[in-house]
Amino acid sequence: MAGTTTGIPANVTQGSKTKGGVGESMLRPDGTLKVTGEFAYSSDMWHEEMLWGQALRSTVAHAEIVSIDTSEALAMSGVYAVLTADDLPAAKNYGMEYQDTPVLAYGKVRHHGEPIALVAADHPETARRAAAKIKIEYRELPVITDEASATAPDAVLVHENRGDHHAGHVPHPNIVHRQPIIRGDAAEAAKKADVIVKGEYTFGMQDQAFLGPESGLAVPAEDGGVDLYVATQWLHSDLKQIAPCLGLPEEKVRMTMAGVGGAFGGREDISMQILASVLALRTGKPVKMVYNRYESFFGHVHRHPAKLYYEHGATRDGKLTHMKCKIVLDGGAYMSSTPSVVGNASSLSVGPYVIDDVEIEAIGLYTNNPPCGAMRGFGAVQACFAYEAQMDKVAAELGMDPVEFRQKNAMEQGTIMPTGQPVDSPAPVAELLRRVKARPMPPERQWESSEGADVRALPGGLSNTTHGEGVVRGVGYAVGIKNVGFSEGFDDYSTAKIRIEVINGEAVATVHTAAAEVGQGGVTIHAQIARTELGVQQVTIAPADTQVGSAGSTSAGRQTYMTGGAIKNSCEIVREKVLEIGRRKFGSYHPAWASAELLLEGGKVVTDGGEALASLVDVLEDEAVEVEEEFRHRPTQAFDLRTGQGNGHVQYAFAAHRAVVEVDTELGLVKVIELACAQDVGKAVNPLSVIGQIQGGTTQGLGVAVMEEIIVDPKTAKVKNPSFTDYLLPTILDTPTIPVDYLELADPHAPYGVRGIGEAPTLSSTPAVLAAIRAATGLELNKTPVRPEHLTGT
Amino acid sequence: MRVNFTVNGRPQEADDVWEGESLLYVLRERMGLPGSKNACEQGECGSCTVRLDGVPVCSCLVAAGQVEGREVTTVEGLADYAKHRQSAHPGGGCASGACGTSLQDAQQWTAKGQDGQTGEGTELSPIQQAFIDAGAVQCGFCTPGLLVAADELLERNDQPSDADIREALSGNLCRCTGYEKILDAVRLAAARQGEAV
Ligand code: FES
Ligand code: FES
Repeated sequence: MAGTTTGIPANVTQGSKTKGGVGESMLRPDGTLKVTGEFAYSSDMWHEEMLWGQALRSTVAHAEIVSIDTSEALAMSGVYAVLTADDLPAAKNYGMEYQDTPVLAYGKVRHHGEPIALVAADHPETARRAAAKIKIEYRELPVITDEASATAPDAVLVHENRGDHHAGHVPHPNIVHRQPIIRGDAAEAAKKADVIVKGEYTFGMQDQAFLGPESGLAVPAEDGGVDLYVATQWLHSDLKQIAPCLGLPEEKVRMTMAGVGGAFGGREDISMQILASVLALRTGKPVKMVYNRYESFFGHVHRHPAKLYYEHGATRDGKLTHMKCKIVLDGGAYMSSTPSVVGNASSLSVGPYVIDDVEIEAIGLYTNNPPCGAMRGFGAVQACFAYEAQMDKVAAELGMDPVEFRQKNAMEQGTIMPTGQPVDSPAPVAELLRRVKARPMPPERQWESSEGADVRALPGGLSNTTHGEGVVRGVGYAVGIKNVGFSEGFDDYSTAKIRIEVINGEAVATVHTAAAEVGQGGVTIHAQIARTELGVQQVTIAPADTQVGSAGSTSAGRQTYMTGGAIKNSCEIVREKVLEIGRRKFGSYHPAWASAELLLEGGKVVTDGGEALASLVDVLEDEAVEVEEEFRHRPTQAFDLRTGQGNGHVQYAFAAHRAVVEVDTELGLVKVIELACAQDVGKAVNPLSVIGQIQGGTTQGLGVAVMEEIIVDPKTAKVKNPSFTDYLLPTILDTPTIPVDYLELADPHAPYGVRGIGEAPTLSSTPAVLAAIRAATGLELNKTPVRPEHLTGT
Repeated sequence: MRVNFTVNGRPQEADDVWEGESLLYVLRERMGLPGSKNACEQGECGSCTVRLDGVPVCSCLVAAGQVEGREVTTVEGLADYAKHRQSAHPGGGCASGACGTSLQDAQQWTAKGQDGQTGEGTELSPIQQAFIDAGAVQCGFCTPGLLVAADELLERNDQPSDADIREALSGNLCRCTGYEKILDAVRLAAARQGEAV
């Protein structure tokens, strides 16, 4: 029937379901390219005649720049340009929430590793050697490194002239943002408490440590603009920050997503984007820039280290009476997303528990430490570490089982958050805990066999020196709550352009968004949604670029919700248009065209009763239908600056962990035997990647618990371990089995009922491991990561 | 300097190589074979793992000059390499431990495709297919190095225990997956290899 518009299509009578839709485990469309080495990551970009860019970074944390001498570098053969802040074409600062971050330092440097000068050369080694020849004279200033030095009345100010909108309400100019939350009367409620437990906790600075380094290629264009190929989490946010610094209108900065080697929040801020573009525009040649691992540790913001002071009260029968806390987050030298991290930490500081009377304060500091910003779990991670330790302490004080105690106080649908916001979708906190607890325990002392000890299975593995004499086991539990999406009144939206047409005799849909695929599997589910909504088998995912509207950031667990929602929305409109065409062509042949609910399935138009009316190929012929639509979630509100009240969050996600560890108390070594997770995912659009996300998030939490930390010298604010040799990441030997049990309790407000997945497992995994180590050793352990010396007392 | 060596079965010549250049740099930037990844360039992450005369090495730690006259296999050549192994030892794997790939074997073998970069018409090796099927690929940046290391493990030991797998892959960092699905993938490839016997 193809090619004709008359007659009833005779070859279709029955509908068939489209395969590969929402809810099926699907393989990644980019999998083949990734396993053959053909997938082009941002560091793989290449252009004929391209130059290599290299930044020179400050060797001190806080200083006035007295002079910069670039003459020797410029004189080197193979060097095409050496630039300082004086050479920048336009705006000198950028920033996501506020433009306080210099592209290249001018006047002052505010943290170790801040970029000061740039080189473009014909070989990366030439560029590095030239950068090393640039001479910088500093006049060092005292460093601000913690709350005491930041808020002292006579403290040196990290930013002398603040112009941001938080400046007016903070108690000290070295405090970026302060968010109190007051609800009920904590002092009064404390009188009802039979036990009161206080604790002080320290959360170390974690690095996202994505494997693909910051990198990309900037190609100068004939119209005076630039084409930029980079790995990022949010093309349009980058564009807004880059264009003013280049002095170009946004349409002259064309951005295309290059392959992203992991992100975890670390690519939300600009890294090399402006640097490479400035060099390309100056030299008139394509410039490639690839941070090495050392530079990468300085080239992106980290997770905020935190100090947390908590007080909980409870009655004898195990009911929490009140909570007071103060959370101090170190934002480092520039603002980045610190205000939002503060908002998250305060509004989620109670955890997934019902406590009516609370007194909360969270602050973010400006210091001369490395800048901190977004990382998986975003402010909720630090709080979870502390409140979960507190839950164990209170339970112990009451002589109660820690899981039962948590369940007794667990929030559920309908609970009011400390911000006054009701939780209006499923919140299966007690059930998640029940599930991890009910799981059978892994066998004890697995290293023992008739032939002796298999040292590979002992804490410390092959490098061990014992046979397990000092090994004790511990079990720990934790649960956490994370908001999904951007909060506090942010106008969060995503855009999708959907096209359907007949190609080679088959109906094909094309999905075009600017959404960043950072490894989480967005490209897979985008195709699944289009298949489900349009009933086509073939779906093409167009490369993400700025030729289509913003998709927002791939962060905050929001991308399936938001861009998934945008694709669903656009597909629905496409479907209506396709049906209109169908009615026009075939409507007179079958009454169902006018009367029935019509669906697209298996390449056909079918009635809700399953009767097929026409094939899409016949309906469309050589017409194409294209729609670009935005999707918004329901609006949120800013938190009140004095009381913290407000419906600030879109959705909540919940995960629970049980950790089983074995600790060699003589050597101070920990082996995590199993780290089981239960999580509510709302709806598993792609079960295979759901499990992968939960396991990955769990492992990042494990890393913080026992090894990961950027160590900053408190006297000089210099980073001491910017390498994979000294910043330790979990290897396959450090990572246990991670059984995953997921629930699908739909959120009635979200497309398909989905709930953000990627972040929640990062929260509870750290405190669960800490709880298990405490259970094994009886030690207090109030700091991440736990190091051997904390266990042996040496 | 000039360096002559064989990559994925094809003789290659690199000119104007600096003394300090790594094999990784030469592969990626001079040969147009970016499959081997540059995550740390310090020998810590294993993303750049290739086989040098059959032995897995971090190509970021190998000076380009050291590979003169030798045989390199990268992820781009993995499928062909696995096929060649199969025809040299049909069905058997290398459980005897006697095989591995000798230099002589390696030299006899020539990749079929004219362009190792496009992978046109290349079938996947069992380990590559298993990584896709098990969901062991997320961002994929660690994948090429893991594939080369895992393939070598399965060549030595066609039925590895979990402890064997963990040991063999302990030099390869992955930040995304939590490793569980990587273990699944190696187990799957081993099982399929077993079935094929
Ligand atoms: S890049 Fe070679 S080991 Fe990391
Ligand atoms: S590092 Fe991203 S998949 Fe392994």
